[in-house]
Amino acid sequence: MNIHEYQAKQLLARHGVAVPAGEPCKTVDEARSVAERLLAAGHSTLVIKSQIHAGGRGKGTFKHGFHGGVKLARSLAEAVDIAGNMLGKTLVTKQTGPDGRVVQTLLVAAAETIVREFYLAVLLDRATSRPLIMASTEGGMDIEEVAARTPEKIVREHVDPAVGLMPYQARKVASALGLKGDLFNQACKLVAAVYKAWWECDASLVEINPLCIVEGPGGKQAIVAVDAKVGLDDNALFRHPDIAAMRDLGEESPLEVEASRHALNYIKLEGNIACLVNGAGLAMGTMDIIKHYGGDPANFLDVCGGASKDQVSAAFRIILSDPSVKGILVNIFGGIMDCNVIATGIVEAVRETGLSIPLVVRLEGNNVQAGKKTLADSGLTITSGDSMADAAQKIVRAVRAA
Amino acid sequence: MAILIHPQTKLLVQGITGSFGARHAQLSLAYGTQLVAGVTPGKGGQLFEGQVPIFDTVAEAARQTGATASAIFVPPPFAADAILEAVDAGLDLVVCITEGIPVNDMIKVKRAMQGSRTRLVGPNCPGLVTPGDGPNSHGGCRIGIAPGYIHKKGHVGVVSRSGTLTYEAVWQLTCRGVGQSTCVGIGGDPVNGTSHLDVIQLFMADPDTHGIIMIGEIGGSAEEEAAEWIARYGTKPVAGFIAGATAPPGRRMGHAGAIVSGGKGTAQAKIDAFRKAGIGVAATPSEMADTLLRMM
Repeated sequence: MNIHEYQAKQLLARHGVAVPAGEPCKTVDEARSVAERLLAAGHSTLVIKSQIHAGGRGKGTFKHGFHGGVKLARSLAEAVDIAGNMLGKTLVTKQTGPDGRVVQTLLVAAAETIVREFYLAVLLDRATSRPLIMASTEGGMDIEEVAARTPEKIVREHVDPAVGLMPYQARKVASALGLKGDLFNQACKLVAAVYKAWWECDASLVEINPLCIVEGPGGKQAIVAVDAKVGLDDNALFRHPDIAAMRDLGEESPLEVEASRHALNYIKLEGNIACLVNGAGLAMGTMDIIKHYGGDPANFLDVCGGASKDQVSAAFRIILSDPSVKGILVNIFGGIMDCNVIATGIVEAVRETGLSIPLVVRLEGNNVQAGKKTLADSGLTITSGDSMADAAQKIVRAVRAA
Repeated sequence: MAILIHPQTKLLVQGITGSFGARHAQLSLAYGTQLVAGVTPGKGGQLFEGQVPIFDTVAEAARQTGATASAIFVPPPFAADAILEAVDAGLDLVVCITEGIPVNDMIKVKRAMQGSRTRLVGPNCPGLVTPGDGPNSHGGCRIGIAPGYIHKKGHVGVVSRSGTLTYEAVWQLTCRGVGQSTCVGIGGDPVNGTSHLDVIQLFMADPDTHGIIMIGEIGGSAEEEAAEWIARYGTKPVAGFIAGATAPPGRRMGHAGAIVSGGKGTAQAKIDAFRKAGIGVAATPSEMADTLLRMM
């Protein structure tokens, strides 16, 4: 699960990570009062940040022509004007796709005077099955680019989960960032706090980019997480009801939300051939084989182990709500499940939805003959595929002909 | 021979009285697997299906029945505890079927298992099958949730992260009259007990295995590591398929581990690694068996 920047900063602050003063706002009035408070507290410049689950906000453009999803404001009037141009408006960035995202929340915060930028992240290292701290002096840049161009500028510190992060490891990271004196001590504390947040929140990723040395009004320097991204392990949300409540359904595709209600694993793609498959691996393989034969998959859809009648009909409704879908490929390997139960579910779903686009069904496994007979006897125009390859070729041809 | 499990392997099931565990325990019994014990805390002393004794603890079940392998069907919040209980009881093999275990729990489990003699397969996996001699491969050892009847005793080893793609490969082999030594589903989670490479090494050392199908998917670099080893030490033909070439980056494709992040774990990188290692790459999942058979 992904959360917004302001939520990520709330979680980090709770674990002792220093973040700039600021608050989330849902209305222009709220933005005005937060800006007033920050200005009164002596912050001369504010930053207004659109809260969407996509990167590239700063360089994005709103559909009504307003440039920049992250803007600086030096007066109350300016802050209010910017907030009005962002809230309720659609922001398009290189990561949102052409549809963009409607900005429902702003983060209004103090704009820090940045002296230096670093990169800091905690994530799982799959190769060692251990938490990994990554830090770099190249802050504010795309870390993959840094890794490709100057890998020596990234330091990596593995954590032994039996003892957790030891203080000397935080010191190694702070030292590698070239910090001295009070800033060194602050960085050690911050690294420890970020790791603690990662572990205790069951995060899959905590990324602070940039982590900054900032200069306060009196010239005093401090280390602050100026931007933050936190991803959570879905499997662990059951033990974090407070974090689960941070889920923003507005950031998810409505069809994906609907699918999750029926225990279906659905991800919308750009193509026009929908697929309905049991098992994640087979579902990916089905998308791949559609592409291999020149088609374009419209979705990933794993009905998981079940494929009950209700699930199959919910799956058909969801698939058919995508207007770009021009054909459906059902690929079921019913190892334990009864293929006839699935076939009956398909026939009912086709009747219920009044399906008018080509449907190819490939059934294999337990009681498959009865299942194929049910499909054939239904009187519906359902094409049967003998193998995955046969089924994929048939649906690609049918969609081309339509 | 086969690897890891044999028709004589004595199996216990943790979570045998839950609906999922009970269903698959029944299917294993029907397949002819030596299912000798069940474990459900608080139900010790009862019988499963009127024939399999249930114990309160894994240690007691192993001591009394001689079980050396366990299948775990307990819900995700309790799975880490169940795995470590089986490790503590000194079992040879623990197969965790449970899907949805928090990653941090598995990080702790793997650390706690360091130096132990137990092998963990999974979690979030379909388990293992070593087919038997009987009709529809009856009499084999089935641990987990794979359909037994699709198998056939023979000499091809199958290893995969995905359940249904494993069944697909097995069925393609069986339909062509080619049997399997052992089929291993290692699971779709980012932190798991047994890797592709672990299983490949076992297959290479098993005189009964003459060829291998290795099925991978996007995410991580386990397939690349296995391919590198095969390039250096492989002695048997290996064919493979990588699922997820069409998956969008940054999205979790059903399996918690199936995600392309930061340009890492792409299907193309894995396919390239396979080619470089001399592994036959099936262009589609429909051609997994044929790709291997052409090499044998």
